Amino acid sequence: MKWSSLPKVAVRSLLKNKMRSLLTSLGIIIGVGAVIIMVAIGEGSQVAIAETINSLGTNMIMIRPSFSRMGGVSRGAGSHNRLTMDDAETLKSEATLCRWVSPVVSSGDQVIGGAGNWNTSIMGVDVDYLSIRAWELTSGEFFTERDVRARAKVAVLGKTVADELFPGQDPVGERLRIRNTPFMVIGLLTEKGEDAMGRDEDDVVMAPSTTVFYRLSGGGRIHMIVASAVSPDSLEAAQEQIIGLMRTAHKLAPAEDDDFAVNTQTEIVERASETAQVMTVLLGSIAAVSLLVGGIGIMNIMLVSVTERTREIGIRMSVGGRGSDILLQFLAEAILLSLVGGIIGILLAFGIAYALEHIWHIRTVIDPAMTVLAFSFSGVVGVFFGLYPARKAAALNPIDALRHE
Amino acid sequence: MHPVIDTRGLSKTYQMGRVEVPALRDATFTVERGEFVAIMGASGSGKSTLMNLLGCLDTPTAGEYHLDGINTAGLSRNAYADIRNRKIGFVFQGFNLLARTSALENVELPLLYDRSGREFDPPKAAQSALELVGLGDRLTHESNQLSGGEQQRVAIARALVNEPALVLADEPTGNLDSRTSVEIMFMLQGLNAQGITILLVTHEQDISLFTKRIVRLHDGRIIKDEPVHHRTTREEAMAQLDARGQSLGEGRDGS
Ligand SMILES: Nc1ncnc2c1ncn2[C@@H]1O[C@H](COP(=O)(O)OP(=O)(O)OP(=O)(O)O)[C@@H](O)[C@H]1O
Ligand SMILES: [Mg+2]
Repeated sequence: MKWSSLPKVAVRSLLKNKMRSLLTSLGIIIGVGAVIIMVAIGEGSQVAIAETINSLGTNMIMIRPSFSRMGGVSRGAGSHNRLTMDDAETLKSEATLCRWVSPVVSSGDQVIGGAGNWNTSIMGVDVDYLSIRAWELTSGEFFTERDVRARAKVAVLGKTVADELFPGQDPVGERLRIRNTPFMVIGLLTEKGEDAMGRDEDDVVMAPSTTVFYRLSGGGRIHMIVASAVSPDSLEAAQEQIIGLMRTAHKLAPAEDDDFAVNTQTEIVERASETAQVMTVLLGSIAAVSLLVGGIGIMNIMLVSVTERTREIGIRMSVGGRGSDILLQFLAEAILLSLVGGIIGILLAFGIAYALEHIWHIRTVIDPAMTVLAFSFSGVVGVFFGLYPARKAAALNPIDALRHE
Repeated sequence: MHPVIDTRGLSKTYQMGRVEVPALRDATFTVERGEFVAIMGASGSGKSTLMNLLGCLDTPTAGEYHLDGINTAGLSRNAYADIRNRKIGFVFQGFNLLARTSALENVELPLLYDRSGREFDPPKAAQSALELVGLGDRLTHESNQLSGGEQQRVAIARALVNEPALVLADEPTGNLDSRTSVEIMFMLQGLNAQGITILLVTHEQDISLFTKRIVRLHDGRIIKDEPVHHRTTREEAMAQLDARGQSLGEGRDGS
């Protein structure tokens, strides 16, 4: 048989049994579609994570208490959290590589005011916090250095809290109460949506760090210090400087571990996207298994088809078809089924990705390389799983094949 | 010029487990170009076995077979396939057309596997073969849209399309009624008159009398090989059928 007539013969043969051809391809359609869409969702979430973390603010450094142990022995209750307001002050005055520094004192509390009450998180911060996070206000203003010094009872609301307590109105100028302490609302934060972990970033009330520290949380330790390096290039140096200053402030001997942890935003991005990458690989491999199952489906149907078409094979052999002609025809049919299944699967994946983006607002990123890979893999599946049935067909004896009922 | 068929001591013994079934024993005969031969014999006498050997669908267990000057002994599977393609046209009792496939595509099939390098325009060659068997107006009909006689004519066109040295027909009229059988035999006579060598198997005396020579088999042996002295023509056969039909009709009236 001429090579040029092979595709025609295979196409004709498959078209004679359209329904079966489609059903045979179904496994590959689902397999290829699943691989592409799973990877698209995985990569989409990776991108979404990166974007959210970038929106945290630039050059951000976070200093958290570290609950480390010494030689496997806990250093006792007193060693749990040694982060203090003094640490924040030290960094503010001595960390020359940091432009902005702010302590974060947080407490979860019920807020009463306007339409009712709402459980939210209260964040006590300094004026610089807004710059560090690169957040903006929709209305009103942020509190000032004076408010911080005076432990002023002023609050800036996130969009969610504002909507809950003062639906349909500008909360600026309204009053609310947190643990019997009256606050005046002076600003409204611009809506930010969910963060990388799916937490609502607008579900927050911000107040001066001193107010929260002394009036609400009752003093003691603070939860975090955030800082911003002067430039992206000095991020690492700033980190080193902070570690040095903190160790001095905490009077740590050289042999002692840090009792705090310093993380930069890049580290968090890296870790988060690593997690997302693992997810992508995991989802992709599960989908790849379904592609393999699709290939086995093709082999199954092709084997049935060889038995069913034994007479046809006999006829083809009796008019001069060689074993190799029969082999190539069946192989071509299997490959064609896989490739057509692959194409339909790709189109399906694009359709689903579109629906996910526009109807369910799930971020997807279709990777062209992945698409090409899934398509080529479907071709390989066709060759691999088509070969056995094709060889079986080619090995038939013409007389036996002709006599087959 | 060598004969189309030249066999010497051609034998085939089937092995059924431990039992040996000698289906063909020591068949020696020749068929010259342009002959029209009927192979006759009781069921199980080895007719199909002989046809399969002559058609290079099967290999003998002993003896030699020269087809159109080619010694077929020891040839590979592929060489056998090529011989079937180039030298032989098959017509089967059960037509053996590809299902859900047009007459034209069925007839094109042998040309698909042509390796001889001969210049063919498959659709054109298939069309003229179909015209030759009187089916020029049935080109796009699929096999299941044709009558038995038409299907057999498509099969004959398929057997002719690659211009073979030999046409083999194993009970070509076995599945057809008497009238259609006569038409098919008349057509084969016409093709033979154009110089095509034809070998056919039949059970029926009437059918064998359309040919020029009858070879009889019994228990796998050739027991008789004689020319046909008076060949049946289409008119005679039709007159016979009409007479028989009338007598049958009268019989029915009388009851
Ligand atoms: N594949 C086979 N295996 C074993 N025995 C076989 C095989 N094919 C044919 N035979 C035997 O060989 C003998 C001849 O068979 P063959 O088919 O040639 O008969 P035939 O003359 O064509 O009969 P019919 O007129 O019924 O078609 C029979 O006894 C049959 O049982
Ligand atoms: Mg027979």
